[in-house]
Amino acid sequence: MRIHLLSFMLVAWFFCNPAQAAAKIEHWQTPQGSRVYYVHTEGLPMVDIQVAFDAGSARDGYQFGLSALTSGMLDTGAGQWNADQIAQRFESVGAQFGSSISIDMASVSLRTLTDKPLFDKALETMQVILTSPSFNEADFQREKNRTLAGLKQQEESPAELASIAFYKALYGDHPYGHSASGEIVTVSGFEAADLRSFYQKYYVAANAMVVIVGDLSRQQAEQTAETLVSGLPVGQKPEPLPEVVMPVKSGKQHIDFPSTQTHVLVGMPGTYRKDPDYFALYVGNHILGGGGLVSKLFEEVREKRGLAYSASSSFAPMFRKGPFTVSLQTRNDQTGQALDVLNKTLAGFIAQGPTEAELIAAKKNITGGFAMRFDTNKKLASYVSMIGFYQMPLDYLDTFQQNVEKVTAASVKDAFKRRVDPQLMQTITLGGSDKKSEK
Amino acid sequence: MNNRLLCAALLWLPVFASSAAATKVSEHVLGNGLKVLVKEDHRSPVAVSQVWYKVGSSYEPGGITGISHMLEHMMFKGTDKHAAGEFSRIVAENGGEENAFTGEDYTAYFQTMEASRLAVSFELEADRMRNLHLLADELKKELQVVTEERRMRTDDNPQAKMQEHFNAMAYTNSPYRNPVIGWPSDIENYKVEDLQAWYQRWYAPNNATLVVVGDVQPKAVFALAEKYFAGLKPSELKPLKPQAEVEQVGVRKMTVKLPAKLPYLVMGYKVPVLKTVQHESEAYALEVLAGVLDGGSSARLESGLVRGKQIAVSVGASYSLTSRLPTLFTLEATPAEGKTVWNLESALKDEITKLQINLVEDDELQRIKAQVLAKAVYERDSGFYQAMQLGMLETVGLSWKVVDEYVEKVNQVTAEQVREVARKYLIEDKLSVAYLEPLPITGNITETKTTKGVR
Repeated sequence: MRIHLLSFMLVAWFFCNPAQAAAKIEHWQTPQGSRVYYVHTEGLPMVDIQVAFDAGSARDGYQFGLSALTSGMLDTGAGQWNADQIAQRFESVGAQFGSSISIDMASVSLRTLTDKPLFDKALETMQVILTSPSFNEADFQREKNRTLAGLKQQEESPAELASIAFYKALYGDHPYGHSASGEIVTVSGFEAADLRSFYQKYYVAANAMVVIVGDLSRQQAEQTAETLVSGLPVGQKPEPLPEVVMPVKSGKQHIDFPSTQTHVLVGMPGTYRKDPDYFALYVGNHILGGGGLVSKLFEEVREKRGLAYSASSSFAPMFRKGPFTVSLQTRNDQTGQALDVLNKTLAGFIAQGPTEAELIAAKKNITGGFAMRFDTNKKLASYVSMIGFYQMPLDYLDTFQQNVEKVTAASVKDAFKRRVDPQLMQTITLGGSDKKSEK
Repeated sequence: MNNRLLCAALLWLPVFASSAAATKVSEHVLGNGLKVLVKEDHRSPVAVSQVWYKVGSSYEPGGITGISHMLEHMMFKGTDKHAAGEFSRIVAENGGEENAFTGEDYTAYFQTMEASRLAVSFELEADRMRNLHLLADELKKELQVVTEERRMRTDDNPQAKMQEHFNAMAYTNSPYRNPVIGWPSDIENYKVEDLQAWYQRWYAPNNATLVVVGDVQPKAVFALAEKYFAGLKPSELKPLKPQAEVEQVGVRKMTVKLPAKLPYLVMGYKVPVLKTVQHESEAYALEVLAGVLDGGSSARLESGLVRGKQIAVSVGASYSLTSRLPTLFTLEATPAEGKTVWNLESALKDEITKLQINLVEDDELQRIKAQVLAKAVYERDSGFYQAMQLGMLETVGLSWKVVDEYVEKVNQVTAEQVREVARKYLIEDKLSVAYLEPLPITGNITETKTTKGVR
């Protein structure tokens, strides 16, 4: 009875505020075909700008790590400037520049003050980096060596090694299957020319998206976008990535590593950005293991049994099906017990779905905290970037709460049953031997 | 030249001209000693609420190191009014995000919620400030959780583990020698009575600061704070023993051998902090000196050692001027392939020597000042960060007003002052050095049977 009352109140509250727009995203295309997404925010004389390309590690081909190293070299030399001069140009005006990649996306980003002389200098520098990076041989050798050192260091991190094995188990030869930073053997074989041709193919106007969030007028935003991408050749968008091939059976792999904890990762390819099941999976996962200090996994693994510091689950929606991951880390000798609790919790949730009370609590958390999703320029810019990159509806944020409210216990159960199959689950354990009890 | 012009332009921005006014922190102290700080930020209908306690690992005597952090975990385990875990459930149902963190000089708890729900946060925090249940069963489980946390953060991370050994060597008797999470055998042996005593001693309104930043009106927040916190009894706070570090009288060096892939170097010089220094300009000069070395990609270390000489794949310098006790000015670096930690040590010392002989360039100073000015704007993008700054300054015994002075004080630092602090503090006798010597990592992959279903 009380439950029904609560859910009624929530719905009523929601429809009382239908016109409250989360963020007014303006969208247009530059003459060269780059998509632009702009939100005007006031109050601080600053702006966050991002130029993104479909050029993440999924575009590496067999040269694992190519996207990452290409991105990492952009600000080491461009136009007439070397790395020192580029850094000085940004830092002398207090601007913060960065380039980064994820599996799907490569991007350069700038945070700068909007005062004209400062802004102009930062923007010009960013434009030159985007349109005329040098890929000098000396810089290339140095950055390659730094990447190789980083890859070597990865081998001392149980968390990173477990994650690499997990992606491999889920995706095999699919472009999502390798580590974004590459492998020692692939990176060792790179030439500067490889980076140059990766850049020429993917860093083109037709494959570019610009995000501008901050205190610029629409006209300034239009000029900014134009300045940034007009120097890029039009080029073309790459072919869409291949569909993920789902595993045909479950798998289990143990990797021996001299750590005091075993890292446990269980999962399978999960959901993608435009998935019709997305909201059911998202809300369901919030209950299962996504809700911070309150979730079934956290309760079973940590609160009831003290088996781990962190225990959680997540969907990482991407262009194609990103991973559904359930993870924990535990003392080597209790790995079996922890894995058992994890699997039982997961299987129970798939079989029974959430209770009505769990669903209501999750919705209250998600909708009640909605404003906090974009309460800073930085967070808003990252939402706008996601919306733009994956070409989600511009009212994604405005309809977000509505979409969450529409989820029912039955739709969660149904979605999990179809999409999270214990028969296909891949399990990675990485750590010390089970038998050797430590202490 | 160009740089100087731009920096001058920076100073004339309206946002800086009114920077003091922009901060606008309202302060109110309750009858029981709880200090409440409120800063309005109406850009979003959200408020962050943080309770800061003046207690952390640097308050802990031997044998119970890490107990502040352990208590932080236990603060979620129920009170007279609420059962274990209910705190988090209530916050979650109100759309809140919450957590807590412990440092050397503080323990802090926070909730971020829609601003209209601030009372939820106050009610819960007031309740657990004085009415915590510390139960043996809960402690037993949570002790395992903390042990797992230590394994993850420290034991299985060679650089973190080396850092722990390094601090224990660099400090002789300062409590900064102990890790925030505690030594393993101390963690293993906490008793409910230890936690009870620690809670009774430090968790009181007169040892706490409540900070709220967001879409709120100070008067309303003060009224709400009175409503929920005013009834709490203050404690008689026994003064903390100073545990002043003895003077270091010669360089200290150690080798740490651990399974790892890359060598690593850490160096630290004993330096004063804003709180303890005789002339505060020295602390700001050390802050600027850190910026000269590591204030971005154009700064000396990255430009000179990573790109120029190419002897490091990564390098950094850091100084925390807002610590409660004198601290270390640290340098850390990972050598490039074919180079050693000793090559790095001598290159880093060369950089220090340069700072002691020559004045830093004018454009370096201008660059740091431009960055500090810009950062003062960027920081205001995050209510959480602003609340952090206020809470931390107040808790270490500086005043939150330091936030307002910071840009101005950094601006006043001269090249001569930077050289002076380099000569005075970055000297061999005050130095500690640690080298990480990698041991081989052994392991292999065993593919266990591909099973049908995981049950």
